[in-house]
Amino acid sequence: MKSGSLGFVMLCHTALDRAAQVARHWAERDCPVVIHVDKRVGRKSYAKLVKQLENLKNVRFSRRHACEWGTWALVAATQDASEVMLAEFPGVRHVYLASGACLPLRPVDELIQYLNARPRTDFIESVTTEDVGWTVGGLDLERFTLRFPFSWRKQRRLFDWYVRVQRRVGFHRKVPAGVVPHLGSQWWCLTRQTLSVILENPDRDEIDRYFRRVWIPDESYFQTLVRQVSPNVESRSLTLSKFDFQGKPHIFYDDHLQILRRSDCFVARKIWPHADKLYRNFLTDNASAQAAEPNPGKIDRLFSKAVERRTKGRAGLYMQSRYPNENWENGRTAAPYAVFEGFTDVFENFEVWLSKTTGTRVHGHLFAPERVEFAGREAVYNGALSDSAALRDYNPKGFLTSLLWNTRGERQCLQFGPGDNQALAGFMAGDPNAQISVISGAWAVPLFHSNRNFGDIRREAAQLQKIEAEFLSLLRSPWSKARVRVWTLAEFVENPMEPLQTVVDEISPRSMRRLTEVPRLTDLTGFGQFLQNLRNQGMQPVLMGEFPVNDDLRGNPPRRGRPYLVN
Amino acid sequence: MPEGVRQQGEAGVRLLSQYVLRLARKRWLVRAMRKRRELQPVVDRTNLISRDGILLFSTLRNEKIRLPFFLRYYRDLGVNHFLFVDNGSDDGGREYLAQQPDVSVWTTSASYKRSRFGADWLNWLQRKYGHGHWTLVVDADEFFVYPFCDTRPLRALTDWLDASSIKSFSAMLLDMYPKGPFDAQPYREGQDPLEIANWFDSGNYVMSRNRKFGNLWIQGGPRMRMFFTDAPERAPALNKVPLVKWHRSYAYVSSTHSLLPRGLNQVYDEWGGEKASGVLLHAKFLDTFGTKAAEEMARRQHYANSHEYRAYNQVIGTEPDLWCKWSEKYINWRQLEILGLMSKGNWA
Repeated sequence: MKSGSLGFVMLCHTALDRAAQVARHWAERDCPVVIHVDKRVGRKSYAKLVKQLENLKNVRFSRRHACEWGTWALVAATQDASEVMLAEFPGVRHVYLASGACLPLRPVDELIQYLNARPRTDFIESVTTEDVGWTVGGLDLERFTLRFPFSWRKQRRLFDWYVRVQRRVGFHRKVPAGVVPHLGSQWWCLTRQTLSVILENPDRDEIDRYFRRVWIPDESYFQTLVRQVSPNVESRSLTLSKFDFQGKPHIFYDDHLQILRRSDCFVARKIWPHADKLYRNFLTDNASAQAAEPNPGKIDRLFSKAVERRTKGRAGLYMQSRYPNENWENGRTAAPYAVFEGFTDVFENFEVWLSKTTGTRVHGHLFAPERVEFAGREAVYNGALSDSAALRDYNPKGFLTSLLWNTRGERQCLQFGPGDNQALAGFMAGDPNAQISVISGAWAVPLFHSNRNFGDIRREAAQLQKIEAEFLSLLRSPWSKARVRVWTLAEFVENPMEPLQTVVDEISPRSMRRLTEVPRLTDLTGFGQFLQNLRNQGMQPVLMGEFPVNDDLRGNPPRRGRPYLVN
Repeated sequence: MPEGVRQQGEAGVRLLSQYVLRLARKRWLVRAMRKRRELQPVVDRTNLISRDGILLFSTLRNEKIRLPFFLRYYRDLGVNHFLFVDNGSDDGGREYLAQQPDVSVWTTSASYKRSRFGADWLNWLQRKYGHGHWTLVVDADEFFVYPFCDTRPLRALTDWLDASSIKSFSAMLLDMYPKGPFDAQPYREGQDPLEIANWFDSGNYVMSRNRKFGNLWIQGGPRMRMFFTDAPERAPALNKVPLVKWHRSYAYVSSTHSLLPRGLNQVYDEWGGEKASGVLLHAKFLDTFGTKAAEEMARRQHYANSHEYRAYNQVIGTEPDLWCKWSEKYINWRQLEILGLMSKGNWA
C-alpha cells in the first residue's frame, strides 16, 4: 500500500492540546489529517491549535460549524472535512472518522496493514432500527419520522411534549424513497469510493434536507446511506467506544491501561484529557504483542457491569447512595434466611441441633424484648451490630437488612415468636428470601411449664394467641412472598420427623440425607389438661390444634402429618 | 374526597412546601450575608483561584497538629485552593495556614454555635468564591475517599460528574478508631492519622428519609453502638454531601448533612440502582480527643447542647475502647465499596 493511504478526519471541541498531540502522531506517520474545530471554541484556542500543527504539511483545517449535540452540524462538519480530505490527498484510500478525544491503541502501521488486507471494506456500524436496543430516550425509528425542533439537552420538557403530541396526532414525516433507516456508532472508516459516492450524489441536497431534521443524524446519516452504495459493509466500528445508560460515552483513565492494551482495538474514545499515562504509553510505535483482531470483550463486560451496578444495584443493600422505594429493591434482603416460630418451645436443644445438622448460623430470638439473641449470645455481631434492643428497635428493618448483608455467604436462621417485637412481621412475610416455618400455638408450651399464677398465664396466652394469629394472617395474605410452612402444635408433635426433614432439606439441599439425630422433644404430659384449664377459664386456645385432654395423642396410630404450604 | 380534589390538594401542598423551602434557603443566605461581618481576613489569596479550580472550605479551631497532613492529603488529591475560617485558634494554626501559598484564611471569635456550627460563615465564603467551582467542605479530621481515588485525581471525578450532569456527590462519615484506648498511640504532627485510627464498623448503619429536605438521615457506627444505646435518635448524623458544583443560590442547611435546593440532596437512587458515592474517613478518635472533648464541653458550642461530648466524657472516664472483634481494618476504597459503604455507581 502506498504511503498516505489512510487519512484521519478529526472532530474536536475540547482538550485541543490532546487533539493536537494525536493529530501530530498520525501526521508524522504519513497519515493526512483534516481537523474540524467546533465553532464555539474561542478564536485564541483555535489559533493556538493551528500554530501547534503548522509545520506539518499533511494537516488541514476544514470549515467550522457550531456542533450542538444531536444536531445536523456534526454531519455537515464531517462532510466538509471529508471533502477536504478527498480533494487534497488523492492518495488516501480509507478515511477514518475520529474525535479529538480518540487515542490510537496500536501503531498506525498495524491499522494500515489491516486495512490493506481489506481494501474494499467499509467499517461502519449500521443496524436497522428494529434491531438496536441502545437508543437514548427510546427513540429509534421515530428519529426518522418525527420532527425535533427543540433541544434535547436544553429544552427536555418541550422536546418530550412535542414527541408526545406528534405520537398522539399520528404525525409522520415522509422518508425519501430508497432510504432505509439504519443507526450506528458515529465513528467509521470508509473507503474513498463509498465516501465519494455519498458526497457526490446528485440527490444529496434533497437527502441532506431530509436528514437535517432527523434527530441525532450523526448516528444515522452515513450509517443509512452506506447501505445504498457499498457492496461491502462490515457493520462494526474500528473505534472502541462505549456508552453508559444515559447515552454518554464512558471515559478511559490511566488505570485502564492494561485492559485497553489487551483489547487489541485500533482506536479508543473517549480518553480523559489528563490521562497522561495513556497518552504516553500509546502514542508510540511499539508493535502490540500479536497482530490480533480487535477484541473488546473484557471492556464490554467492565462497562456493562458498571451500568448494571447503576441501574440494578446490589440486592439487599441499603446505603447512602442506594435507598430503594418499597418493592423496588431488586431483593429486599441480601440472601435467603430461615425463620422458625415455636421450634425452641417444642424442642429443648433446637438451636444447637439445627446449627449442627445444617451447618448454618443459628440465632436465638433476634427480636426478643430484652436483647438481640445473636448466635452464641454475642454482645456484638458481624459488622459490629450491637445486641442492644433499643438500637435494634430504633430501626428494625435496618437491623435485619444489615445483618443479612453483613453475613452474605452464610445462611442465617433465626427464632421468632409472638413474644418478640413484631415490627418486621410484614417485611419478612413479603420477602422472597424468607423461609418461614411456624408451629402455631407452641408459645403455650413455656406457659404450661412456667410456675406462674393461672390468671397471669391466661392473660398472656390470650395476648400471644392474638399476636400469632395476626402474624399467620400476614403470612397467608395475597402479597406474602416468603416460603411459608405452618403446622399446628398438635400436628407437629404427632409426627415431628417429616416437618423437620422438609425444613432441613430446604436450608441445606446438598445434604440430602435422612435425619439421624433428632432434637429432644419437651415433655408434654398434662398439656391437654392445661389447654382445657384455659378453656375453663374462658379463653379459647385455637392455634395449637386438637389436643385430647387425656394425653394419649402420641399413642394414636401415626397420621400423615403433612405440612401445608401456604405459598 | 374525589380523586381530582385530592390531587389538587397534594399539588397545593407540594407547591407550598417548595415555597417554604425557598424561603428557608433565602433566609440562610441572608443570614450568611449578615454573618460575613464576623469574618476578618487574615490572608486573602483568592485572586489565585483559577476559573476551574477545585476549592476546599473548612472551619476549624485549634487543629494545628492536624494541618500539615490535612493539607498534604488534599493537595495530593488535587485541591487547588483552600479557604479556612479560623474560629479563634490559639495554637498557632492560623499563623501556620497564613504561610501556605494556596490558602486563604479568615478569622473570627464569634460564636460557633450561633453561626450554625460554621455553616453561615462557609455559606458566605462559598457564595462569594465558590460560584461555578467544585467545592469540597470538610473538617480537619475528615478525609475524602471516592471510587478510584488511588489512581484518579479529584479532577477526574469532577469532570465525570460534570459530564454526567451530576451536581452533588455524597460521602458518608465513617468513624475511624484505634484498637485500644485513644491515648495509647500519640499522634505526631504530619503523621497520617489513619495509621493510628485504622479500624471501623463495617455494617451497623441505619437510615431513613428526611421528607422535608429529601436527604437520607444516616446514623450508626461505633458512636451509636457505644454512647447512644439509651437515646439512639440523638446519635450523630453521618450523611454528608461534601462535594458540590456550587452556585451562589445554594446553601448548606445544617453542617454538610443537607443543603438547598433539595434536589442536591438526591444523592441516592430510589429505584434499586446505586449512584456513585464516597466516604469521609473520620479520624476524630486520637489521643487529642480527650482534651478536645473536655474543651468543647466547657465551651458548649456543639450540636444539641454538646450531648455528644457529654456522652463521650462519661464513657471516656472509663478507658474507652471502640474496638471490638468485628471491627474492620481499613485497607482502601475498594474494600469500602465491597462492604457497601460507598459505590462506584456507573463510573468504571
